[in-house]
Amino acid sequence: MSDIANMSRQERINAYWKENNRLIAILLTIWFSVAYIPPLFVNQLNQITIAGFPLGYYFGSQISLIVFVVLIFYYAYAMNKLDAKYHLKDRDK
Amino acid sequence: MAVNEAIKLRNNRLAQYYGMFTVGLIIFSLIMGALELGAGMPKAWIGWTFLMLTMGLYAFIGIMSRTKILDEYYVAGRNVPAVFNGMATGADWMSAASFISMAGTLYALGYDGLAYIMGWTGGYVLLALLFAPYIRKFGQYTIPDFVGTRYGGRWPRLVAAICAIIVSLTYVTAQVVGVGIIMSRFIGVPYEWGVVIGLSGVLVCSFLGGMKAVTWTQVAQYIILIIAYMIPVTFLSLKLTGFPIPQLSYGQALQNITRLETELKIATESKARDGSGRVIQGGYVPAYNEGLSNAAAVTAINQINTYFGVNITPPKAQSIPDISKPAEEIQTDWRGTPWNFLALTFCLMVGTAGLPHILIRFYTVPSVRESRLSVGWALFFIFLLYFTAPAYAAFARWEILQNVVGKEISSLPEWTQNWSRLGLITQRDYTTLDGRDIDKLPAWAAPQVKSGALVINDANGNGKIDLAGATFSETEVDGKKVGTFGELSGTVITKTSVDGILQFSELNIDPDTIVLATPEIAGLPYTVAALIAAGGMAAALSTADGLLVVISSAIAHDFYYRIINPKASMNTRIWLGKTMLVVAAVIAALLALPRLALIAQMVAWAFSMAASSFFPVILLGIFWKRCNGPGAIAGMIGGLSVTLFYMYSNYVDPSFNVLGITHLAAGIFGMPVNFLLCYIVSKLTAAPSQEIQDLVDHLRSPELDDELMTSIAGGKQAAGAH
Repeated sequence: MSDIANMSRQERINAYWKENNRLIAILLTIWFSVAYIPPLFVNQLNQITIAGFPLGYYFGSQISLIVFVVLIFYYAYAMNKLDAKYHLKDRDK
Repeated sequence: MAVNEAIKLRNNRLAQYYGMFTVGLIIFSLIMGALELGAGMPKAWIGWTFLMLTMGLYAFIGIMSRTKILDEYYVAGRNVPAVFNGMATGADWMSAASFISMAGTLYALGYDGLAYIMGWTGGYVLLALLFAPYIRKFGQYTIPDFVGTRYGGRWPRLVAAICAIIVSLTYVTAQVVGVGIIMSRFIGVPYEWGVVIGLSGVLVCSFLGGMKAVTWTQVAQYIILIIAYMIPVTFLSLKLTGFPIPQLSYGQALQNITRLETELKIATESKARDGSGRVIQGGYVPAYNEGLSNAAAVTAINQINTYFGVNITPPKAQSIPDISKPAEEIQTDWRGTPWNFLALTFCLMVGTAGLPHILIRFYTVPSVRESRLSVGWALFFIFLLYFTAPAYAAFARWEILQNVVGKEISSLPEWTQNWSRLGLITQRDYTTLDGRDIDKLPAWAAPQVKSGALVINDANGNGKIDLAGATFSETEVDGKKVGTFGELSGTVITKTSVDGILQFSELNIDPDTIVLATPEIAGLPYTVAALIAAGGMAAALSTADGLLVVISSAIAHDFYYRIINPKASMNTRIWLGKTMLVVAAVIAALLALPRLALIAQMVAWAFSMAASSFFPVILLGIFWKRCNGPGAIAGMIGGLSVTLFYMYSNYVDPSFNVLGITHLAAGIFGMPVNFLLCYIVSKLTAAPSQEIQDLVDHLRSPELDDELMTSIAGGKQAAGAH
């Protein structure tokens, strides 16, 4: 933590940006896996049934949607922490 | 702290207002229902009351939020809390098509339709992670503002403004068509009057209060549309499964659909013809069984010819696979593969993130922090509807397979008869033609007479088709089987086409029917149908509102203020903005009057166009400092050209395709071209000025600095104006 306090503003922004990009990359990987991998195996997944839903169909109509919502709220939460870590809070907060 | 307290107080008050409104809406609906069932209130009254009350409410919010302050007019004063901006974005996003037609699309396409569900929600992840915080940090008024400032000079701004206007104008026209259709179906006013009444509702609101009024109206519209969407399907679920949460119970519907499809022999299996041994399964749950056809292009061009009295030759009708041709002639290697599904999903996602009327909503929140949260709320509110749409589709499919298909036409459920009368359900069994005037054949039979496949022999000369007591007989002429049934004969007359039983292939359902007919299928009173109409109106009007703001600001702000007259006073700018709003609304109304099928198709194209023009340029603008103006222009023009080329080629001739990808997903080809051109041209030309690179650094930090941003945006433009 102490090195962040010693950083110049530009250094803080650069480090913040690096961490932000890493977070974006991780979340987009999850986003991609949920949206684009299950369709490749949809007919195999459909052999499995959960509460009446064939799993392949269930992925497209419900699971992926729930993951999308969670990803965005998680990003908002994680970025608030990152803002605080690098002392880059909004003016009005 | 005092500021925080004031904000908290205001948020509480807003929550209270909208909470009271929600309760009021439910109580009002219950009272109307009671009046209908208890006192026999006529349907027309119920319809009008719902319509007048909701429109009156929108006008009231518009008048209360009237403003002459520029920031309020363009960006709602930048003080919309995250949750409310989320609701407004939800209403802005969900159009007449989402509300009324999407469930019907899912009904028809089964799994393949889920590309729309995933695409139109997954795009918000891109928006949240890649765009929204930086758009808020940039803190100006329009998307061309961003492109113009980041890439310097008037050309990028001009190109962006023109793209924004074209996309928004087609989109708003589709909304106006939706308004006209809902009004004519539920209130019984002529379509043209529906268009005028609906548009005046939009104008009262956005004219007086701009973005501020639009925002607060959209919040109310979201509440109306989501309640209206949830109620009918909840009761339908209760009726069919005994469980009132449709999102959980429609698995049972899927099971029954699969069973019934097997029993009725609708679920087919065929081997792929490329020798790979892949099996293509037909039916609702199995994936990737859609073919390609240019039926849409043929319809659209015929309609244009009829309406405008021109003579454009429509392309030769084609569908792939074409069962009338021998197997080896057909190019269907892609059948049963996921490529079109994946490409379409991707284009819809990326296009969603690149649509200007959604992007500008993130100018209206107070901070970067709130903008991130606000996308989460937006997707949550949109999710509620998209999570439910497949339930509508599955229940309707189950009901239709169970009680309509394979039944005698004379004994079909009452709701089927009602919607057939309105022309939304077509039953193509020839016994339905009994007693019809020969010169007033339905739209499905008339072309068959023209092509000679159906021959009418009016033996008794009364001008009507008489089928009473007819029996079926068949002869062979030139190796083709020709059937005769009463006064009808021809190749289309077969044993099953005149048996008085509705086969699955004889049933055609307009996508709008699924949501509209659900109250009737569930046995609910007309009040619920009126609520659906109000919800559909809310969906169409809220989207139209947001789009009109984009169009008017592109003209008044980007063209006039930023390019023609940077010294224009605030009053002139607001006045011009209001004038442009009316002009755009009138143009949209004129475009909507012919009800061209082409308009709805153009809306679907908007996503591919946004994906291959705006998306890469905004993304690189934030994430790659070295990207410059020439790169952006080359990327936008190159990407859009490739997309338009594939789109047009596949639209008129479906045998032109790569891996079976349709024109709707043409953006998948244009987008990489945009990225590549942008990269190469940027590398070959000079790096952007230090000032621009500093701007990008500023964008990346969440500390708000609206004044600094404005001076960079304004200063750059003033220099470019000389």
